[in-house]
Amino acid sequence: MSAIQIIPLNWYVTLSAILFALGVLGVLYRRNAIIILMCIELMLNAVTLLLVAFSAHHSDPTAQVFVFFIMAVAAAEVAVGLAILMMIYRNTKSIDIDILNKLKG
Amino acid sequence: MTHITITQIMFCVLSLIAITSAALLIFSKSPIHSVLYLIVTFFAIAGHYILLNAQFLAVVHVIVYAGAIMVLFLFVIMMLNLNKETETHKPMWIQLMAVLAGGAMLVTLVGVLKGAEQMNLKQANDVNIGLVNNLGLVLFNDFLVPFELSSILFLAAMVGSVMLGKKTIS
Repeated sequence: MSAIQIIPLNWYVTLSAILFALGVLGVLYRRNAIIILMCIELMLNAVTLLLVAFSAHHSDPTAQVFVFFIMAVAAAEVAVGLAILMMIYRNTKSIDIDILNKLKG
Repeated sequence: MTHITITQIMFCVLSLIAITSAALLIFSKSPIHSVLYLIVTFFAIAGHYILLNAQFLAVVHVIVYAGAIMVLFLFVIMMLNLNKETETHKPMWIQLMAVLAGGAMLVTLVGVLKGAEQMNLKQANDVNIGLVNNLGLVLFNDFLVPFELSSILFLAAMVGSVMLGKKTIS
């Protein structure tokens, strides 16, 4: 007996909403750029969990292929994002995002 | 449903672990602890994938996130020597506004998606869609071109991060 027959879909919807809101909260709450990247990963994971839940409930494997591509893009995003962070740290000796307000005008 | 099945208990335990460690990720002082809590969250989400019969995605999730992305995060944190809790925090009113905005967004999301279970769901009769056999057929029949394009994306990401990481560009 798998979870598809037992657990209703709105439980997964609620769980994903909570995880996504926690990710948004982290992005707004912290100043450390690495933690903000982690919270972006958390939001991506909330969305992929919802995609997999819908895929299982609809018996449609396409959404799981989408999740596979989302993971590939997330890995590339983290690699480039951390390289940018390293460059910021080299120039400003800090990864506080509130220092990076030169573009504000 | 009067009696509680073991699957529901597992769902609740995994959800509790995921939400608790996500909250600890945000509110912990040291970045190293945040990374460790993020690993716990990822393992809980991999457990959810297994509950949903998506075994291939669970394995790929553990390999990619716990194996590759977490190592990158830990490597950068240790290289920058950030484990000395000198981080300044935002002012109190901004933190309060952040919590309010996050809570309002959660309420909005739950309210909007509340009727999701009333959608006309096809009866889930095929439980094997998440296995490697089935997903491989879909991936290499219908999504062959995006699959090859993602390898170009990886090449571009690799070249870009090497170029960003270099000290001087001659």
